[in-house]
Amino acid sequence: MVATTENNPGTAAVAKGRSPWADARRRFFRNKAAMFGLVLLVCVTLFALFGGLLSQWSNEELDYNVMGQVVELGAPSIANGHYFGTDDLGRDLFARTVQGTQISLAVGVVGALIAIIVGTLYGATAGYVGGRVDGFMMRLVDILMAVPYMFVLILLLVMYGRSITILFVGVGLISWMDMSRIVRGQTLSLKGREYVEAARATGVSAPVIIMRHIVPNLLGVIAVYATLLVPLMILTESFISFLGLGVQEPMTSLGALISEGAGTIAYGTTWQLGFPLLFFVLTLFGFFFVGDGLRDALDPKDR
Amino acid sequence: MLSYTLKRIAIAIPTLLVLIVVSFVLMHAAPGGPFTAERQLPPEVLANLNAKYGLDQPLWRQIVTYVWNIVSAFDFGPSFVYKDRTVNQIIAQGFPITLTYGLLSFAVAVIAGVSLGVVAAIRHNSAVDYAAVGVSIGAQVLPNFVMAPILVLVFTLWLGWLPGGGWQGPEYWIMPVIALSTSFMASIARITRSSMLEVLTSNHIRTARAKGLPERRVILRHALKPAMLPVISYLGPAFVAMITGSVVVDIYFSTGGIGKAFVDSALNRDYAVMMGVTILVGALTIAFNLVVDILYGWIDPKIRY
Repeated sequence: MVATTENNPGTAAVAKGRSPWADARRRFFRNKAAMFGLVLLVCVTLFALFGGLLSQWSNEELDYNVMGQVVELGAPSIANGHYFGTDDLGRDLFARTVQGTQISLAVGVVGALIAIIVGTLYGATAGYVGGRVDGFMMRLVDILMAVPYMFVLILLLVMYGRSITILFVGVGLISWMDMSRIVRGQTLSLKGREYVEAARATGVSAPVIIMRHIVPNLLGVIAVYATLLVPLMILTESFISFLGLGVQEPMTSLGALISEGAGTIAYGTTWQLGFPLLFFVLTLFGFFFVGDGLRDALDPKDR
Repeated sequence: MLSYTLKRIAIAIPTLLVLIVVSFVLMHAAPGGPFTAERQLPPEVLANLNAKYGLDQPLWRQIVTYVWNIVSAFDFGPSFVYKDRTVNQIIAQGFPITLTYGLLSFAVAVIAGVSLGVVAAIRHNSAVDYAAVGVSIGAQVLPNFVMAPILVLVFTLWLGWLPGGGWQGPEYWIMPVIALSTSFMASIARITRSSMLEVLTSNHIRTARAKGLPERRVILRHALKPAMLPVISYLGPAFVAMITGSVVVDIYFSTGGIGKAFVDSALNRDYAVMMGVTILVGALTIAFNLVVDILYGWIDPKIRY
């Protein structure tokens, strides 16, 4: 799939000594969509990290003035400190959205990290060792790819209790297969290189070669794929939370908030759906644009 | 071609067995049995219950019985929660509904997506192209659980055109199908567009044009088939994601498909129904992937195993 620039010594010479990474960085910063995505992501992250400081209410506090009359009094207003309005129980939606964004981002990043680590090690091992081991490992991936993971993950969540740890780990463990395929393909092309041969000739062991020589050269692919994986993780988590099977009260995530908002739109409290949805969409847009930008920047095909 | 097909089938069967065994083992490794959830039962009653459902047998024998019942009689056993219903009955009730809107959504996603992608590629860098790209980027962030409440808000609450939920006639199908198909339509459109653009620059298209074939014929006869390859390989994952999305549709639109049965059984800890649905969905997925693989081998003569 994507071949990274640093694998190609020829390009560095043409670019008059500019490093391939600097080259990629320049291309990335010129890409308007990617820069837009980056700005979005920075804004959303700042909101998640520091939004709590602006909030006049905590995420668990019930506003008894509003409770019971949410439709009339719960609308977004600066005057009573509920910038995004309140939910049907009278909790401040601004504080809840900040918390939901934090959890969604965390699940996305941690899930993607798990998927990346497992997928990279698995794929690099299969590709480097090759032969029958490779055949077996990849056949296993083929088999695992055909499993409807959302169902298995829900099965796990129900059986072992709906803890956030299982959600984090489960979301990551269901998506390492694509990564392992990509990494294996790249490793196959890397392992014939002279420096790998040299390392092998000097007696370096296979695990060390994989960690020191193969994996660092895959960083470009990994970076691209990681950025595109985070929004998928957020989608998965939101999906499960939307069904009420994900994070549990008093914790919340964007998916859980969207679910609450979707359940109450019939009463006319549209803001309860609108604000979480806005942040959900902005976050996904940000990651998709940055991911696409990175792919364009690191893919020498488009030079 | 035949040996290729047979090889694919030979992979599909163990895959399904692995799925059954894994979900079975997961179920048994879970802390607490299906009957420990609510109040404490006297140990004698618990033993009787376990005996009735065969849970007192050694694990391997339970697995063998379970697999054998499925393979020989397509019998998923009794529900652990509803005494008078079997898993088969629960699935049979919801499955036709899921199948109806699932197939409709799939057809809409493929037909609309491919058409949009082809038109965008033919009119590359025109307003149509930009509109198609815009729609497909926008729809990426509109998965089913986002589309569903928005649709209800607009078409049921604001405009009052469509019923907000239920399953009684074709007007009840519209919103589930739109909610389920939008993001896949967008992905298919994007994949079709980029693959079509690539195919249109290839040699055989230049030859076809040089022969003086009308553009229509060049596109439909010569470009479309090779351009479909990446789309076809996307159909497998899309199918899985759509089945998964049907859970949201069932819950949000109260359509009563198997997704509803799955979530209800998840909340009731009715392991038998959960496993039944998981295995059924897995079997469908595997069967579908098999069809996709064979289709792929048929379209691309370079694939030889």
